[in-house]
Amino acid sequence: MADAILEMREITKNFPGVKVLKGVNLRVERGEIHAICGENGAGKSTLMKVLSGVYPHGSYGGDIVFEGETQTFNRITDSEEAGIVIIHQELALIPYLSVAENIFLGNERTERGLVDWHRTNAEAAKYLQRVGLDENPTTPVGQLGVGKQQLIEIAKALTKDVKLLILDEPTAALNDNDSEHLLGLLRQLREEGITSIIISHKLGEIEAVSNSTTIIRDGETIETIDMSASDATQDRIIRGMVGRSLDNRFPPHTSDIGDEIFRIDNWTVSHPTQPGRIVVDDASISVRAGEIVGIAGLMGAGRTEFMMSVFGRSYGRDARGTVTLRGREIDTRSVDSAIAAGVAYVSEDRKHYGLNLISDIRTNISSAALDKLSNWASFVNENEEIKISEDYRQRMNIKTPSVLQTVGNLSGGNQQKVVLSKWLYSDPDVLILDEPTRGIDVGAKYEIYEIIGQLAAAGKAIIMISSELPELLGTCDRIYTLAYGRITGEVPIEAADQETLMNLMTIENTKEAVA
Amino acid sequence: MSGLVADAKDLFTRNLRTSGIYVAFVALIVLFTILTGGTLLAPRNVTNLVLQNAHILIMVLGMLMVIVAGHIDLSVGSVLAFASAVSAFLVIKQGMPWWVGIIAAIVVGVLVGAWHGFWVAFVGIPAFIVTLAGMLLFRGLTAVVLSNTSLSPFPAEYKVVANDYANGLFGTITIGQGEGLKAVPETLDIFTMLIGVVAIVGFVVMQMRSRRTRVSYNQHVEAMPLFVLKIVAVAAVVLAFSFALAYDRGFPYVLIVLAVLILAYQLITNRTVFGRRVYAVGGNLAAAQLSGVNVKKTNFWLFVHMGMLTGIAAAVFSARSNNSSPGMGEMFELDVIAACFIGGASTTGGVGRVTGAIVGGLVMAVMSNGMSLMGVGQSWQNIIKGLVLLVAVAFDIYNKRRAGATR
Repeated sequence: MADAILEMREITKNFPGVKVLKGVNLRVERGEIHAICGENGAGKSTLMKVLSGVYPHGSYGGDIVFEGETQTFNRITDSEEAGIVIIHQELALIPYLSVAENIFLGNERTERGLVDWHRTNAEAAKYLQRVGLDENPTTPVGQLGVGKQQLIEIAKALTKDVKLLILDEPTAALNDNDSEHLLGLLRQLREEGITSIIISHKLGEIEAVSNSTTIIRDGETIETIDMSASDATQDRIIRGMVGRSLDNRFPPHTSDIGDEIFRIDNWTVSHPTQPGRIVVDDASISVRAGEIVGIAGLMGAGRTEFMMSVFGRSYGRDARGTVTLRGREIDTRSVDSAIAAGVAYVSEDRKHYGLNLISDIRTNISSAALDKLSNWASFVNENEEIKISEDYRQRMNIKTPSVLQTVGNLSGGNQQKVVLSKWLYSDPDVLILDEPTRGIDVGAKYEIYEIIGQLAAAGKAIIMISSELPELLGTCDRIYTLAYGRITGEVPIEAADQETLMNLMTIENTKEAVA
Repeated sequence: MSGLVADAKDLFTRNLRTSGIYVAFVALIVLFTILTGGTLLAPRNVTNLVLQNAHILIMVLGMLMVIVAGHIDLSVGSVLAFASAVSAFLVIKQGMPWWVGIIAAIVVGVLVGAWHGFWVAFVGIPAFIVTLAGMLLFRGLTAVVLSNTSLSPFPAEYKVVANDYANGLFGTITIGQGEGLKAVPETLDIFTMLIGVVAIVGFVVMQMRSRRTRVSYNQHVEAMPLFVLKIVAVAAVVLAFSFALAYDRGFPYVLIVLAVLILAYQLITNRTVFGRRVYAVGGNLAAAQLSGVNVKKTNFWLFVHMGMLTGIAAAVFSARSNNSSPGMGEMFELDVIAACFIGGASTTGGVGRVTGAIVGGLVMAVMSNGMSLMGVGQSWQNIIKGLVLLVAVAFDIYNKRRAGATR
């Protein structure tokens, strides 16, 4: 075998209460393109953060051997000095600075302490040529599309004498042409001797470009597949990614499904800052009373964008489509009217979008339906408010002595119960749950599933977005799959398993959607 | 008894951010009383303290809400001057009745507030910029309205607001014959004392009622001895304060205005939907938006409130200074903003109480007054006030970091 440029041995990493990495092994050969696959939350990003020094040496277990030496990176600059550069999914370019300025940011071409603009622009032009980008180095980066920005990130990496280039979901936001160009560039860099690691959900892409693929699941390495072998198929990768059985992590629930009460038809919405880019494309879904409907999709498929744009146009621009509740079209153009119509949305990021962390439990619970607690002069009945939040505290089993406790001091699970209480108090007919158990420990997850089951039993229509397929399979009655902004499938729970869903979730821009 | 100790502890540790200011205020009063040989608490000085700072305290009420919502208003000094100028122009130059002048000052304030609110809420320009522009704009307009000269004096009726006293209504009691050659009999104004007593009774009744409702809702209430102690302490302070007023010149009208406004804004911030929304917007803008709060509307009305209060302050201040000049109200914004931060408002929004901000304003007032009595020069007063502001905000940030660490 050729020599390994990088070996990560038995890497472990704990966060308070959670073991994220339980002994990952990764061996990357010199001059190859190595793909890493895994479900959301499998530990890929954590592994890359360990490698790049975001988590300093000592905060994780195991060894990193790079270029034959055991490395002890303490910060990102250490790993960059060694020749490892990561390009994150969210690009780190400054839109108002020129291409050349971005390329040499933190690494300026100087002459006696002053920036040498001639050298900066001339060298930038050379690097641009190398990545195949025909742009003027003085153009502000913000004027370029995402695909070109991605190439600038690579050019920036090249100026740092990169030996190992890591790309996190590089093509997630790119169209077909730009993706093709990027993959071509990776092949070209491979010929120049630069090793790449590519993290991707697009299995077709991985098959096309990578020499070997490592599959990570639940913080462990499942296997490394030599992609030139005859049995290296997409099916094998999918099996490796999801291969686990459902145990009783989910409370049993019997569904009592009534008539259809909520539907969204032909919903289309564009990116807020890139007008041409369609994020959700002609999506239609329906929910019946007492039904829990799941929406499965990979990161970047447009799940959150879909639901947030429906809920008061809280995302994107040019939203089109109709929303119908109990046979009547409802107005959801503002959050206010959506709530009034009977729709509630529990956001995926409770700290940023769900809670006022510096305020107490009671004001958070009442915040979406304060009108119910106020009289004609808009005075809030605080005693009634405390009584109601006290009711929810007991019903939801929020573990805290008092509803006057500051929400920021609660654990993730209890915070999520506060968010749920807030929306239940607004008494919705339709409850949209976006990643309702993200960042919550197993015990609290179980409780949240129980609450969801009870709400369905009470006749609410529930839409649940989740990155964890087992969670959807364990709680839902029916699951839609979303890929690249399109609904690619609708699977009743009896026919659903992880392979089926994963296949539907990875359909790329084709019209052959399976019903 | 352990409940009592726990409650007392709770009062001071959990609410350190808010209770700290009260402790500091009392300490400051004790300090300056000693340093000035008792002059600080002399009846005449107590009355002067109220009269000299009423306009600042009125504007603090609006500024507190603006800061809680995560904004700032740098223009209040200029807006106060502008409202005063219009008022003076109408009354002194045009000879209109005094009440037209007072209403005009308030209307000008409301319109300026709506102007600021429009740019902040609907155009989306940061309040810092909008009110910085307003600071220049309304300072300039003041000079234009006044044709660059001072206007004075205001008619006698106008001045009543800030300079007169509601006393003698029920006569006086003589409590001493005075000392020295030109002995003036020492008297207490009955009306003023009566207001003090009514205030105390009102406070006690409200506290009892609120306690009873809380108990009926099965909520935790503080232990009885602590409850009584709190009431006795408040009653003692109010009684001493009304004694000082009654002994000196009686109950100033401006104090009635101030008291009504403080009560009203205490209710608005704590008990109304609007107040709740202000805190929600400042605490987490995105979460407020996704909870159905109309952020634009909230921001707009916020500045209208601020403008109206500035207008009222303008009327009070012009009546007191008995003129209107192009340079009036300069640097007022700093006193007002500092009062809010010293009173525990957070620089990042979402936190702050009316009572805290008012005490913050009083802290500034007592410091200025105490240092003046001691003969400390203006430059040193500024230096010390600057340092106090810095320490207060440092304390806020320290608190937040500590809270973050325990999370």
